[in-house]
Amino acid sequence: MKAFWREYAENRVALLALAVVLLIVGAALSAPIFAPQDPYDLASLDLMDARRPPGFVGSGGYTHLLGTDAQGRDLFSAILYGLRISLQMGLAAGTVSLAVGALLGILAAQAGGWVETAIMRVVDLQLSFPAILLALVLVAVLGQGKTQLVIALVAAQYAYFARTAYGAASAERRKDYVEAAAATPLSTLHIVFRHILPNVLPPLIVVATVQVANAISLEATLSFLGLGLPPTEPSLGMLIANGFQYMMSGRTWISVYPGIALIVLVVAINLVGDQLRDQTNPRLRR
Amino acid sequence: MTLLDVTDLRTHFFTRAGVARAVDGVSFSLAPGEILGLVGESGSGKSVTGFSLIGLVDPPGRIAGGSIRFDGQELVGMAPDRLRALRGRRIAMVFQDPQATLNPVLTIGTQMALALQAHGRVTDRAAADRATAMLTRVGIPEAATRLNNYPHEFSGGMRQRVAIAMALLNGPDLIVADEPTTALDVSIQAQILAEMKALARDSGTALIWISHDLATVSSLADRVLVMYAGRIVESGPVGAVLRAPLHPYTRGLLDSLPAMAQPGQRLAQIPGSAPSLLALPQGCPFAPRCAHADAACTAPPPRVERADRHALCHHPLAP
Amino acid sequence: MTDIVAATALTRRFDPHLSIGDRIAAAFGARVETRAVHAVTDVSFTIRSNETLGLVGESGCGKSTLGRLVAGILGPTSGSIAIDGAPVMRRGRKTTTRIQTVFQDPFASLNPRRRIDATISEGPIAHGLVTRAAAPAFVADWLARVGLDPAVATRFPHQFSGGQRQRVAIARALAMKPDILVCDEPVASLDVSIQAQVLNLFLDLRAALGLTCLFISHDLSVVRHVSDRVAIMYLGRIVEIGPAALVYAAPRHPYTQGLLDSVPKLRLDADAVGFRPIAGELPSPLSPPSGCAFHPRCPRATDLCRRERPELAAHGATDVACHYA
Repeated sequence: MKAFWREYAENRVALLALAVVLLIVGAALSAPIFAPQDPYDLASLDLMDARRPPGFVGSGGYTHLLGTDAQGRDLFSAILYGLRISLQMGLAAGTVSLAVGALLGILAAQAGGWVETAIMRVVDLQLSFPAILLALVLVAVLGQGKTQLVIALVAAQYAYFARTAYGAASAERRKDYVEAAAATPLSTLHIVFRHILPNVLPPLIVVATVQVANAISLEATLSFLGLGLPPTEPSLGMLIANGFQYMMSGRTWISVYPGIALIVLVVAINLVGDQLRDQTNPRLRR
Repeated sequence: MTLLDVTDLRTHFFTRAGVARAVDGVSFSLAPGEILGLVGESGSGKSVTGFSLIGLVDPPGRIAGGSIRFDGQELVGMAPDRLRALRGRRIAMVFQDPQATLNPVLTIGTQMALALQAHGRVTDRAAADRATAMLTRVGIPEAATRLNNYPHEFSGGMRQRVAIAMALLNGPDLIVADEPTTALDVSIQAQILAEMKALARDSGTALIWISHDLATVSSLADRVLVMYAGRIVESGPVGAVLRAPLHPYTRGLLDSLPAMAQPGQRLAQIPGSAPSLLALPQGCPFAPRCAHADAACTAPPPRVERADRHALCHHPLAP
Repeated sequence: MTDIVAATALTRRFDPHLSIGDRIAAAFGARVETRAVHAVTDVSFTIRSNETLGLVGESGCGKSTLGRLVAGILGPTSGSIAIDGAPVMRRGRKTTTRIQTVFQDPFASLNPRRRIDATISEGPIAHGLVTRAAAPAFVADWLARVGLDPAVATRFPHQFSGGQRQRVAIARALAMKPDILVCDEPVASLDVSIQAQVLNLFLDLRAALGLTCLFISHDLSVVRHVSDRVAIMYLGRIVEIGPAALVYAAPRHPYTQGLLDSVPKLRLDADAVGFRPIAGELPSPLSPPSGCAFHPRCPRATDLCRRERPELAAHGATDVACHYA
């Protein structure tokens, strides 16, 4: 563990990315403390403050560091709260996809035969067409709401986990230590949960970091298109969408700042994921 | 007359955890046509010695001192391109895994032609003839047609023969072979040993045979070097060394072999395991495992000479 | 002495896994391997109580597959393997704990993410040989018996050397209190001095526990050292089986003779011939030669050998499959 961390720390960019991720997560978690305004509390919004540039001192008596949006929401507060929702969605979708994908992948590897063929053909099929398309259709059918959105994101992403889990589990299954457990004999469930799963988990966690970032941008895309969460709880995607119509009139901050927040978050998570992948890939090991 | 003269060779690995002296003051020489067996257990430095000779030590390892004189030329510190030219033509290497030297996407005919043409102007026709002759010589049947095969189309034993044929192609003066038959079956190993022996005898090629297997070395080599913790602890003619080892480690290795014991009886084992190169004991590195060790062994062991043999030991076994 | 293990006409075939694409390609005449590998063919033998049977052969001869059949890791395509008359496997699942296995590669046979106390105790706990509460003392006892410091129980496999790992693997197998131990090349990956230590441990524990063993190795001298009887395999079949002393001193099958001659001996005097190779290559198990599988390499082969496969038949104390034994 120590050695793992030391190796991670050698990559300055990845270290910076990790710091950024932690900072953003910390800021999002403590949003109610830092944010000058609760953007969900419609009573605290003042239309007189709408579309003000950064630095404007509004009727609330405090400075709007990043300006305000069309409803007079303080953008800095809205972004902090938006990050909360984006992270929530990303983590929820990532975790559930991991569980579902791992289950299916290991099941396919362990069962073999027609079960393996059936599961892996469906997974391959799904991997061969764009995730966004599937998510769009599902959200359109299921309707708006956090649960529906998570379901759509999971449906769009579990295949990556299933593929990875299947590959890793197939490799582990052939190793001597699994044969040794089978030769004891130990029950299949015992072997799967005590032997195969712990050894399949590391690559899945690497996939998970990247997929959390993907889920966040996928959610932002859906929200941007108006298919994500209800406008009362604006996520980053919706904030960007809301400001989009004012881009031409020079009030760029309404879209740009949430956009920057989104990009920084997604890129940082991806960089962390890349480093984890490189470090756990035995082929890149000396 | 000597072909190779290694003096006080030191190859060290500069790792984060400290300096590992993988090869620490190794000296030996080799005459043309001589077969030298280099024996040791894992971590003894036998492979690193081999890699040092051909200038293929990877960082964090490097040759930290000593000299390797090959046919009068100093190899330590030689320019990389000159060393590479020498390596292809006059010094060749055979590895345990033949995949290491064979390119999987080229036919072996192409690879052998390239190896020949890299060191002189050879027509394709002549190259194919030379390659065929060489494959036949290492015991590959229907060599002319097999030139068109890719490495994966050969069995493990045949692939190792191809690797040996590649090594022999430019008529090298020295072949360094690192555990070349360890991955092979006994019947195939025996064939390759027989061929290597004949090649050394017929063409005057000197051979350094690196192996953990005393029996293989004893049936092939003229002289043997026994390595332990980066040093040569004993050297001499194979028969003399194996009949009456001077160093307790050599004795222990021999007695560990099941062939030396009555079936079903306990083997005479060496206690403990090889020391970490990062934390070698003071004085003689074998002392903690040695039945003859006493207070004197905390000092560096002296070099004991007996006719054409030597050992590094405070208490050599033969008087 | 009574027979404890009985293998009867054991056969194991591996069919190639063909995808739909492969099948279509094969139908259009592409070079797709559709032949099955006959890893083990019609092998019958018995092991007596407290006896060690050595199993020798070169790579691809099926000795490892045979070991896995006996250990109940693989199911046979046909034939059966039984301990005291009770089958080792029923409907594809191993039904007994009386037979345990030590594998070749101690780096692969221990779960890298489990502490060794868990590795040693999980089988006995699952089968009620020891309670969870008594497990630490049980593990400590086994570690001591295989010559390891009981304090290392909480370590992970990567903190051990190869020889120490093999000791852990032996402890894991023996902690199940088996009557029979299958050892698949247990010392092949170890250095000479460590190999001697592990072999000694094996000999001590075998005597102390009264184990019956199937000892698989490509190393003829190791097999000679530990075995009461030996079986020589070639291309999926046993070609010679008998008392170790007899087979080594007076091999009857030409392959056994060739194999013994191939092994480099310690050459203690200068002129002794170290070894004498067998000619030719090991044939592919995909297309075994007709008749006697050894005939293409055999110096004594005749037309009869090319035509007809010799059955294993008794010649004194040994059974030999050769027309000219």
